[in-house]
Amino acid sequence: MENTELLRFTTAGSVDDGKSTLIGRLLYDTKLIMEDQLESLQRSSDITGDGQINLANLTDGLRAEREQGITIDVAYRYFATPKRKFIVADTPGHVQYTRNMVTGASTANLAIILVDARQGVIQQTRRHAYIASLLRIPHLVLCINKMDLVAYSEDIFNRIREDFSSFAAGLAIRDITFIPVSALNGDNIVEKSDAMPWYYGPPLLRHLEDVYIGNDRNLRDARFPVQYVIRPYKDEYHDFRGFAGQIAGGVFRKGDKVTILPSGKTSTITQIHTHDGELDEAFAPQSVTLQLADDIDISRGDMIVKPDNVPYTANEFEAMVCWMHDEPMRKGMKYGIKLGTKSARCMPADILHRVNIDTLEPDVGATSLGLNEIGRIKFKTTVPMVFDPYNRNRATGGFIVVDEATNLTLGAGMILEPKRAIPNTDDAEFVI
Amino acid sequence: MKAHTLSHLDVLEAESIHIMREVAAEFERPVLLFSGGKDSICMLRIAEKAFRPAKFPFPLMHIDTGHNFPELIEFRDKRAAELGEKLIVRTVEDALAKGIARQTPGETSRNRLQTPTLLAAIEEFKFDCALGGARRDEEKARAKERVFSFRDAFGQWDPKNQRPELWNLYNGRINPGEHMRVFPLSNWTELDIWEYIDRERLEIPNIYFSHDREVIRRDNQWLPVSDLLPKRPNEASHVLKVRVRTIGDISCTGCVESPAVTVADIINEIAAARVTERGSRADDKRSETAMEDRKREGYF
Repeated sequence: MENTELLRFTTAGSVDDGKSTLIGRLLYDTKLIMEDQLESLQRSSDITGDGQINLANLTDGLRAEREQGITIDVAYRYFATPKRKFIVADTPGHVQYTRNMVTGASTANLAIILVDARQGVIQQTRRHAYIASLLRIPHLVLCINKMDLVAYSEDIFNRIREDFSSFAAGLAIRDITFIPVSALNGDNIVEKSDAMPWYYGPPLLRHLEDVYIGNDRNLRDARFPVQYVIRPYKDEYHDFRGFAGQIAGGVFRKGDKVTILPSGKTSTITQIHTHDGELDEAFAPQSVTLQLADDIDISRGDMIVKPDNVPYTANEFEAMVCWMHDEPMRKGMKYGIKLGTKSARCMPADILHRVNIDTLEPDVGATSLGLNEIGRIKFKTTVPMVFDPYNRNRATGGFIVVDEATNLTLGAGMILEPKRAIPNTDDAEFVI
Repeated sequence: MKAHTLSHLDVLEAESIHIMREVAAEFERPVLLFSGGKDSICMLRIAEKAFRPAKFPFPLMHIDTGHNFPELIEFRDKRAAELGEKLIVRTVEDALAKGIARQTPGETSRNRLQTPTLLAAIEEFKFDCALGGARRDEEKARAKERVFSFRDAFGQWDPKNQRPELWNLYNGRINPGEHMRVFPLSNWTELDIWEYIDRERLEIPNIYFSHDREVIRRDNQWLPVSDLLPKRPNEASHVLKVRVRTIGDISCTGCVESPAVTVADIINEIAAARVTERGSRADDKRSETAMEDRKREGYF
């Protein structure tokens, strides 16, 4: 078990598409629901009144959720098979869905979007796929659920697949898989369903176990955001000055020449320190401590990179922003920003457009961005920020916007490629 | 070219180190809650990995219920001394004496009473952040908690009004009097903990291993007979080969029958287990939302 891989996925769907049932089913059929959980589910089955065990109650943990039969917030679930460990971010489909889905999607390798076979691709499906694309989730699975209610029809499955494929051509998702399922009955969840002999693909769980995630990380661009400086103040470590951080991209080797940004000073890595001993090389997402040959001023928020591959340094950039607070974002307001390990102040200098979440068309002329709205914003910052476009590296291109008075997290942003010479189709946000 | 792959334990460890360093960088007066239990033992190893060769940038603190397995307290003191780190102990006993904590009639467990004791200690030392070893897989209410979990001036958790938490960007900003609870092991499961204990060869208190103990059967659980939990006249006790899966107040910590004498045995046992870890805690069985209710008040 010690060498299994970790896959993080998120689930999305409209109300009653059966997301919680699907997760409950995955846990149930992989025998990961424990006896005491089952006992507690049986105790709570009175709430739903139908006498049946409600698998959704396994994930809906807060009292208000159980009373109202809804999911309020992102819930994290864990299960494992001999092949992989899974972390599931289960996000609600109704109110606040944008905010919650963006949150769940931010760390996911894969998104499962549920579609009700009776309804096909609806506006909500397109929104969810758009968010998955915006957050650059590398893998998407469209689960066409409730196949039992359409007599397991191959025609219906094909029609939904074609419908979605033509829409998804405009998105930035590398890999899309379609699976016909019935979460309630367990068809094509863990075992291949006898009811759909026309489907030759794997059941959902097998796909989750096998999908290749090896190149989901950026191992090309070496990026080390300095998180904390370690100074032991002990005689035997008199000269020890270590720059601690988690590698955000690429590979660093002992002896590498490095540049420190934003200062632009250069040095050489003399040691990659870990508590388990020195390393010759380290790569994303390892947490290590670097020691450099020269005594230069480096502090939290700086970034160590390689001279031949540097990120952008600027105090102006454009980003796609998802707003997560009741109080709308307004042009010219001052906010706190956290990008990697760097905290600063920022200001939305211009709202270039707002995405119409129903049509996914740009709405030009907006002066504010409200709760659960997404827009393209031009930011100015008080100090130079070091970043990559989000589509190149999620860890160096994603940021949060914070209220400086209440300290609440107000929004999340994804930086766009600055000054594009040639339109880059791979990177394009859906809304041009 | 070398394959740059990491196992799930490597990925979880790297994430937890990152979280601890964020705490060290963003808070003035953090503290790490250390009980001597298996999760907090892993927390100490991760702190070593995050900060050595320097000392930890925070003291350790134990909120002592006074209802302990003696082995645990012995282990706690030994481990803190080995690491050369400062250990603060604040007791429920003392909090009761000072009137900070109050027992409700008939209440025998002191798990709930840890909350006012902890909040008073946070105030006493002006801690602005408490690192804890809680995991999201433990309980339904925990599954919805953030890694950086905000507490208002009353130490309360508001599950419906949590800050969104994206990527690995944690918002650690607070105003005076408020504090943050931070859970670096949020994404670990019980099995991950044991695999890590195995991989890192971590020493653990011997009550996690099979031993002979006098127990009584109550509420479908084997509870250890002690001064705090004497036998009732009509009850029969048994001496069984048991171990504990999770450690709390001795008066409500259920033992499981087990022959496991090594960490490898425990891993096999858990991989095959059909009951969750918290299934052996009487305090969580009180109602569907027992944990949520305690957490709202400021429990770990």
